[in-house]
Amino acid sequence: MTAFRSLALAMLKGFYRDRATLFFTFVFPLMFLVVFGLLFRDAGAEKITVGAVGEGPVITALRETGVLELERHDSMDEAVRLVRDGDLPAAIEQRGEALTFRFAASDQTQAGTIRGIVDGVVNQLNLADTNQAPRYTVDTSNVEDSSLKPIQYITPGVMSWGVAVTSVFGAALTLVNWRKKQVLRRIRLAPVRATTVLTSRVVVTIGVAMVQALIFLGIGALPVFGLQLVGTWVLAVPVFLLGVLAFFAIGMLVGALCRTEEAASGAANIVVLPMAFLSGTFFPIDQSPAWMQAVSNVFPLRHMNDGIMDFLVRGRDASALLVPCLVLTAFVVVVGAISAKVFQWEDS
Amino acid sequence: MFSHVINAGNGAAVVVEDIRKAYGDLNAVDGVSLSVSEGEFFGILGPNGAGKTTTLEIIEGLREPDSGTVRLLGESPWPRNSALLPRIGVQLQASSFFEKLTAREQLETFASLYGVGAARAAEMLDLVGLADKADTREDKLSGGQRQRLSIACALVHDPDVLFLDEPTAALDPQARRNLWDVLRAIQERGKTILYTTHYLDEAEILCDRVAIMDRGRILAMDRPAALVRGLDAPTQVRLERGSFPRPDAEALPGADQVSEDEQSLTISTRRPADVLSALADRGALDGLQVRTATLEDVFLDLTGREYRA
Repeated sequence: MTAFRSLALAMLKGFYRDRATLFFTFVFPLMFLVVFGLLFRDAGAEKITVGAVGEGPVITALRETGVLELERHDSMDEAVRLVRDGDLPAAIEQRGEALTFRFAASDQTQAGTIRGIVDGVVNQLNLADTNQAPRYTVDTSNVEDSSLKPIQYITPGVMSWGVAVTSVFGAALTLVNWRKKQVLRRIRLAPVRATTVLTSRVVVTIGVAMVQALIFLGIGALPVFGLQLVGTWVLAVPVFLLGVLAFFAIGMLVGALCRTEEAASGAANIVVLPMAFLSGTFFPIDQSPAWMQAVSNVFPLRHMNDGIMDFLVRGRDASALLVPCLVLTAFVVVVGAISAKVFQWEDS
Repeated sequence: MFSHVINAGNGAAVVVEDIRKAYGDLNAVDGVSLSVSEGEFFGILGPNGAGKTTTLEIIEGLREPDSGTVRLLGESPWPRNSALLPRIGVQLQASSFFEKLTAREQLETFASLYGVGAARAAEMLDLVGLADKADTREDKLSGGQRQRLSIACALVHDPDVLFLDEPTAALDPQARRNLWDVLRAIQERGKTILYTTHYLDEAEILCDRVAIMDRGRILAMDRPAALVRGLDAPTQVRLERGSFPRPDAEALPGADQVSEDEQSLTISTRRPADVLSALADRGALDGLQVRTATLEDVFLDLTGREYRA
């Protein structure tokens, strides 16, 4: 067996024989994926429940909009009482051609929404009754891929974060542990090149990251979450690999600067955690304040996240590769050069 | 330039000339010269902080001396000499193992660093008596087993020169004796062994030659027996107190000096054979102990202070 292969194998065994590492690599990020996935599964598709009394074309049409959930009540008095108590946002009654609509003004936005829907339905029915063709028509459709669901945002975010954590910790802890236990020194006494040691660690890191990605995407694609890969998802692969390398370089820097595993894992957390919260890992970055979006541009996680989402979710073309790939490559080169500079074979 | 001239064919595995290494104000190694022949078992002895490890590391090529020259198998070990590395085996003071790997896997991994096949791993496990522990993880081994594994790892590529730094430190007496057998077996394979220890008694038993170090300098270097003989120290014959009258002891042929404490009566002599035969004639050999000088006495003589490891 070559030195390269056996070193990679030794690192891999050290990795998969450690239960805590396995947990933080696979189970922990999956917990976030599952929790967020279930939490937001119905977000945006949630219907507003409105009290309904009586029967007629308007009530039927309202039910057919698919936006409102109608809750049947026997009398309007009873429905209005529920509205007054805050249990329902509004109630509507149809008796022949007479319509009664009562709403709670406490939630203006919701009241406005329901009222808009009711007015729209009534106007449409009135127009249909005149037998005139409508003069204005609107072509309506959403801009995102038709498969868009929260899981499409959550999966790339959690995946980037999980891979980033594992890459940083894996590189940093191997380096610190091997230096502390003088394994590095022992390797240096063998006719093995430093690049052999380095590349075997890179290969293990990439391998573990790919397994993580497959598991996260596989879980996301389960029917209960419903993740779908759009046409250009293959373009996410280079962004993913460069992201792994960028975080590997950061891990090497952390490992070069820290002497103990405790210090290294603390430092790795300080580097990765703020990045995770500010880079749109757990919620879409476009919902955060402008300053946060600006700050997050300096983080490799933001670009990894954005780049992967562009192809995995938004179906953009290859031109979207440019920015994330350039930024991540710059990180690999600059951070890698600094860590090579400060690297030491042994504690002095 | 002159290296091949100096070392050509004279059988010296290691030649060190006047090496020095200072850390700040501390002269860790302060002008050490020594040479070790091929196949020799050479010990560097001395208390902790004497500069043994630094000396060894300079010879191995792990550190650059401030001045002086090192020739290891005819070549300079510094800067990192890749051609030399396969010919030397180094066991470090800390047991440097890969995390979570079994004894066999450790050996196979180290073997592969030298392009050596896995078959050697099994052979090495046998040599150090760990064949039944092949599938045990390194962290589950006892201290003695770890040391033996660590020596096996240093030997796995069949080097000519083996460096061992305090291999018997922190081992219980039984484990130390097991390790001695391993070390002797290695020497029988024709390897040159350089090893450090702070156990003088052990060095006396194992080594062909020893260098006694203190405060960065070599105080004496020779075969252990020659060092002890050079002391010309009297033999101490010890009897249980009260088993033999003191005036009679003083009158024995060859008795130079007699002293007494709570437990025993001690006769100093340079003619132990005369004293012992006289005692035997008087039927006074019960509970008798004979103590000759040891390397500890040599150390005391050289430094003027008791040896403390």
